[in-house]
Amino acid sequence: MPPILISDSTLRDGNHAVAHQLTAPQIAQYARCADAARVPIVEVGHGNGLGASSLQVGESALTDHEQLRIAREQLSHVKLGVHIIPGFATINKDLAPALALGVDVVRVASHCTEADITQRHIDYTRSQGKEVYGVLMMSHMAPREILVEQALKMESYGAEGVVIMDSAGAYLPVDVAERISALVAALRIPIGFHAHNNLGMSIANSLTAVEHGATIIDGSARGFGAGAGNAQLEVLVAVLMRMGYATGIDHYKLLEAADLAERELIPSLPTISSLSIVSGLAGVFSGFTKHVVRIAQTYQVDPRDVFFELGRRKVVAGQEDIIIEVADTLAKQRKDPA
Amino acid sequence: MSKLNVAILGSGNIGTDLLFKTLHSPLLTCAYFIGRNLASPGIMRASSMGIRVSDRSVEAILQEPDCCDLIFDATSARDHRYHWSLLEPLGKRVIDLTPAKVGTLCIPAINMRECLACANVNMVSCGGQTSIPLAYVLGQIHPVIDYIEVVSSIASRSAGLATRINLDEYIETTEDGLRHFSGCRHVKAILNLNPAEPCINMQTTISAKIASPRLGELTAAVQAMVNTIQSYVPGYELIVPPLIDMQRVVMMVRVRGRGDYLPAYAGNLDIINCAAIAMAEAYARESMADLTTAERMSDVHATNPH
Repeated sequence: MPPILISDSTLRDGNHAVAHQLTAPQIAQYARCADAARVPIVEVGHGNGLGASSLQVGESALTDHEQLRIAREQLSHVKLGVHIIPGFATINKDLAPALALGVDVVRVASHCTEADITQRHIDYTRSQGKEVYGVLMMSHMAPREILVEQALKMESYGAEGVVIMDSAGAYLPVDVAERISALVAALRIPIGFHAHNNLGMSIANSLTAVEHGATIIDGSARGFGAGAGNAQLEVLVAVLMRMGYATGIDHYKLLEAADLAERELIPSLPTISSLSIVSGLAGVFSGFTKHVVRIAQTYQVDPRDVFFELGRRKVVAGQEDIIIEVADTLAKQRKDPA
Repeated sequence: MSKLNVAILGSGNIGTDLLFKTLHSPLLTCAYFIGRNLASPGIMRASSMGIRVSDRSVEAILQEPDCCDLIFDATSARDHRYHWSLLEPLGKRVIDLTPAKVGTLCIPAINMRECLACANVNMVSCGGQTSIPLAYVLGQIHPVIDYIEVVSSIASRSAGLATRINLDEYIETTEDGLRHFSGCRHVKAILNLNPAEPCINMQTTISAKIASPRLGELTAAVQAMVNTIQSYVPGYELIVPPLIDMQRVVMMVRVRGRGDYLPAYAGNLDIINCAAIAMAEAYARESMADLTTAERMSDVHATNPH
């Protein structure tokens, strides 16, 4: 059985769950524990990656520079990773400075149908001698043929692996199986999977991915991540151990890291709230939840209606500004039911 | 009334849509449509309409400098820098639609008059043409703005390969324009591509952090600016007027294209072309006014035996 490469999103996706307010001591403490547990890649930063701190998706308490510098100091045995979305972040403003700070792994992400915007960022990272992966976000919105075509583009740009994200937590295992199988068959590079737990499927979907040939899996301590959270890392690694997959992770130490995360990082443990279920059913990015709750309250509309309308409009991650317009429209329709 | 002769350099989507808009203009004539490949869809289309075409790029103009008074450059930033080095000595006016930023940044609703005196103007970016006028209004009303952020979402199909490869330049150029016209130093531009079918119209949200926003004054000024823009971009629409959300000013516009060559959802491409045409027509009016003055002068001389 092939070894599984685990990427830890606690300090990146977890930032979504606290409106990007992770503090310096929190980052330092968790990074130290993850290093001790030998989790191969520790992703750090704003939930939407480098250069994403904004009114649109939320302002970070700390700059990219501060977050990466703090994590870098703690990581000596494992790699420091970042997520980056072209359209939010540029090479000059964001990626080059991050690499200068000692980032080892860059995961260049786009909406699942837009891989060609990742070309220059992938190419640049390779040219700087760093490890680079392509990431297809909101992958439930494209059929497998399109995902394969998009992933092949990333491979041609020089990506060393392609990770598909179930950003809305919308997949059932059967969906994961057909997509991962198709990708594994078509690409020469490793394939990965990033789960969200909106429909309670994150561990099951991650296992399904592995069983169909994925060799990169993301998880977060206690599932700390956007919406209903991610695959719970310490559970994921335990299950992989039981099944005989090697991860190189010290599971005792990983449990300690998860305990620390619960104690020091996570104000309320991820749960599948009613709204998370709606977000999963509507196929809307999990990171929208906090914005939808706030704006629905302002406009006195049902947040579930907002989610389903966003789903109907097929909004992608990064289109958080549309929430206001949708809530405004729903409020007007209610006033004027013409 | 004679029209201003323009040449269009670049036969891609932008160049071809400019050709259609030029043909609709009462003040402009497309004298030359120039690309690099006679078999390209743009050149074939122009040729079939009886427009004079060439595949010799900027050489075509160098060989025959009198073919036009004004050139639209719809190639690439790198090509534009080269073209300008050759066109400047010829004394040609150039409207640059690439992100090269060689010339004066041009937003017709803001600085058309200033641009009339410039030989080379740059049309910034599609998102810039959409958002900068509103950022300018913010800056006119508030002496101090802490931060301006602009998010545009466009249909995937409206973003060609060049746009995709040049996403970083798009962001940097738009941010430069926002800073320049609003006076706010801290700005950010974000672009989302959305593949939904049917294609979404371009939608742009402008947010600003302002210590004490003057919402009433702003709303009136924004509406006036929107009216000005609508005079050259008919599909420009304010869909969420200025409001305060989480201590920040937010407003939202949608741009629907005229559907000349590009489909109507490609408002992002339409607006930069509409702005370029508005600028070219302003040049045309100015040069005709000059001509009229010159004619009057010669009439005076003709009737005055002294």
